[in-house]
Amino acid sequence: MRVRESIHAALRRGVREELRGGTVKAKIHVTLKQGILDPQGKAIEHALDSLGFKNAGNVRVGKYMEVDVDEKDKVKAEAEVKAMCEKLLANTIVEEYRYELTA
Amino acid sequence: MKIGVVVFPGSNCDHDCQHVFKDVLGQYVEMIWHKETLLAGLDAIVLPGGFSYGDYLRTGAIARFSPVMGAVKEFAKGGGMVLGICNGFQILLEAGLLPGAMLRNKSLHFICKDLSVKVENAATAFTGSCQSGQVLKIPIAHADGNYYTDPVTLAAMQANAQIVLRYCTPEGKVTPEVNPNGSLDNIAGIINAEGNVLGMMPHPERCAEAVLGNDDGKLIFLSMLESLKGKKKQLKMVGA
Repeated sequence: MRVRESIHAALRRGVREELRGGTVKAKIHVTLKQGILDPQGKAIEHALDSLGFKNAGNVRVGKYMEVDVDEKDKVKAEAEVKAMCEKLLANTIVEEYRYELTA
Repeated sequence: MKIGVVVFPGSNCDHDCQHVFKDVLGQYVEMIWHKETLLAGLDAIVLPGGFSYGDYLRTGAIARFSPVMGAVKEFAKGGGMVLGICNGFQILLEAGLLPGAMLRNKSLHFICKDLSVKVENAATAFTGSCQSGQVLKIPIAHADGNYYTDPVTLAAMQANAQIVLRYCTPEGKVTPEVNPNGSLDNIAGIINAEGNVLGMMPHPERCAEAVLGNDDGKLIFLSMLESLKGKKKQLKMVGA
């Protein structure tokens, strides 16, 4: 009986989510382009070195952002995330970005 | 003249700019809240220093989408004179009204001190009252003044004399040692190709009257007023 109830609950949830139209979560990383001096990365690199982490190198510091996109169509969602990066989240003169989309 | 000073949430040099234009130079100043979308009857616009929108994301990145920026862009496109100081400079870069971008200071420190800057181009609307090569003592106060642009743009700016101010020794020598923030080519201030939009990291409004012990910055504002007075004549000359 309990099992059947939870199945019904899951079905109801499923229907609700279907009606709401599913959300895509974008995980966005913005870092300085390779070749552009990253003073924070350099400072961290020196700190790691002085702590004895002799194998550490090329430290780059960036930003990590999560954005929920209320768009069911993954292609459209991706286009929207790309536009967000280009327009606001990254300054493409000095920064590069990458993102992954998860359900 | 009628000068507009834009006020963003987080601007903190807006009243200094107002004071210089109004009380020191006797001009009419209008404070423009960033929600305004119409700029009528202004002769020049100043984007002041500060920390608009808390410098969140990047300096100037959010302010550039303020409602007022559409009108500022229109004003600039129509040949209107726009001066961006410090955060104002950063906003102009983000808005694409000037080329390039700002990086964190090489030392990672917020630097606030008097520095020498050399007037590399005294034939602009913002430096006309200076001598070519004149050294001005003007304070900087920023953590993100490390100017960067791609080599092609830099070469074009150098060829067009768009690099107006550079960090130098008190004697006027431009050396890597006196570069406070890692800025490309010791750049402290640049102008657009059309010559009506200037961005500078040093704060001339903080040293524009003798009572403060230094009035070198006044030359920037006097230049603007002189240029506005002779604007029609100057436009003709540029046209020819």
